[in-house]
Parts: sequence; structure tokens; C-alpha cells
Amino acid sequence: MDHHFILRVVSKMLIPPILLYALYVQFHGDFGPGGGFQAGVIFAVAFILYGLVYGLDHLRRVAPPSMVRAGIALGVLLYAGTGAFSLFKGKNYLDYAALADAEHAVGGQHLGILLVEAGVGLTVASVMIAVFIAFASRAPEIKDTDW
Amino acid sequence: MILFGFLIITSFAIMRLRNLFAVVMLSGVFSLLSAGLFVAMDAVDVAFTEAAVGAGISTVLMLGTLALTHQEEKPAQHSRALPLLVVFVTGAALLYGTADLPPFGSADTPVQQHVAPEYIERTPEEIDVPNIVTAVLASYRGYDTLGETVVIFTAGIAVIVLLHSSTRRRRREDGKEADT
Repeated sequence: MDHHFILRVVSKMLIPPILLYALYVQFHGDFGPGGGFQAGVIFAVAFILYGLVYGLDHLRRVAPPSMVRAGIALGVLLYAGTGAFSLFKGKNYLDYAALADAEHAVGGQHLGILLVEAGVGLTVASVMIAVFIAFASRAPEIKDTDW
Repeated sequence: MILFGFLIITSFAIMRLRNLFAVVMLSGVFSLLSAGLFVAMDAVDVAFTEAAVGAGISTVLMLGTLALTHQEEKPAQHSRALPLLVVFVTGAALLYGTADLPPFGSADTPVQQHVAPEYIERTPEEIDVPNIVTAVLASYRGYDTLGETVVIFTAGIAVIVLLHSSTRRRRREDGKEADT
């Protein structure tokens, strides 16, 4: 794939805005459309684009499969842990009011939503990257003549 | 209406084509069109998800699958009468079901009168986020979203285990052959 120069340059220019847009969707989800699911997918798309253009070995170096697999579990743990934290604080499971003082209940809600959305985003992004790696590492390498 | 027309044209094209590469591309187009339809119906969150997942990721994954199989669809071996009958029966049942639906956009549907007004009323003071969808997803129905996340987790793990174990086995067999 050495001679796909334009493709490489264009994708290199596109990947940072995609990542930035994913973060915007992630953290702006309370104010506009979006949230953890969509942000996770967009975030993963940046990695998949990198993997498509630069090859699977480069993608493995950027996102080591062991780290991606850990991310799948960490996202769920972050979500469930937020719930468990409010249990320890003496509130109901996933009652975000426990995350702040009694007079700042709304702030607790904001923090809680932020945390669980981050968990969702991490899990979704990791699963998408892992599934792509799993698919692509089975496939024979696409030959340059197939384009 | 125009979007609906394009959706129907796309689905007919998908039915007629035998080249799977074109079918995958057209199903991406189909997803994008339905995302546009959702925007027209004011369901921006659903449209966003459809555009990102349906048109983006699943197209890439389908292409990855295509690389493992063949480009052309095999011609059908059996008779087409039974599938056609199933399609017509299902379509008739769906059309019969839509007869009972309330008219599009009417305010006094059961959906609008159950819990939705309460969410809309309570979100500004209890959660204080402008996007009520987020408030419902993450706060009022946090359990459901936790369940969905666990479903994604389980599905991802399953795919990794299925695909990776077979490649590893093949690699090990290759290694054995090289040894002997």
C-alpha cells in the first residue's frame, strides 16, 4: 500500500477531527443529540480508518489488542462501579445524588451521567475496535490490484 | 416522501443485484436514507445512531466479511414460492397492524400520555440537562442502559472468542506442520 499516498495524507488529516468530534459527541451529549453509544462508534471509526489505510500491524501498535480487551471490561466496570459507589454511600444503586452533597443533587446527576456515559463510550469503542481487529486478522490482506 | 421513495428504490436494487459488494454499499445507502428519514421525523438521536452504526461501522464489518467469502451471490437452488408467501403474509400482518396506529404526530396517543409528560416536566429541575433523551437513558432508566452496555460487552467478547480461537488454532496447526 505504499503508493496510496493521497489516501494516506487525507486519512491522516481526517483522523484527528474524527477523534475530536467523537469527544464532542461524548461530552456534549447532555446538550445535543449524542451520547456514549454514538461517541464510542465514532471514536472507533477513527481507529478503523487508520487500520484500513495503514494496515493491521500499525493499528495493533496504536491500540494493542490486550488494551482494547481491557477497555471493554473497564467501561462496564466504570458504569457498574458508579452504581456501586452510590450503594456504599447509602443510596439506591445508580442513584447519582450520592455523588455530590445533599444541596448539590443536580450536580451529582451531572457527574453521574458523565461517568456512566464515559463507561458506555469506552465499552462501545473498545468492542468495535476489537471486532474489527478480529475480523481483519482473519481476512487475507487486500492486494493492491483489488482496489 | 421523497426519502421514502428512495428507500423503496434502494431496497428493490438490493433485491435485484447479485454482486454482494454493491449490495453492501447499497445497504449503507439505505441506512443513511433512513437516518435522513428519522431527522425528518424529529428523532435526531435515533438518526445519529443509525448514521454512525448502520451506515458506518456495519458497512465496514460487512466489507470485512466479504473479504472472507465470495463477491457473487449464489443463484437460488430451491423454489421461491414459499419465501414469497412468507413475505406477503408478514406484509399483510404489518399493514393490518398499522390500521390500529394513531395518526402520525397526534398529541393524544397512549405513548404521549403515559410517562413521557412526567419526564418532560421533571427533567429540568431534577436532572437539569437540556437533552431529555440523555436524562431518561442515563438517569431515570440507568438500569436499562447498564443492561445494554453489558449486552455489548457480552457480544464483543463472544465475537472475539469465536474469531480469535479459530485463527489461533490454525496458526498452531501451521506451526505443528512446520515442526514435523
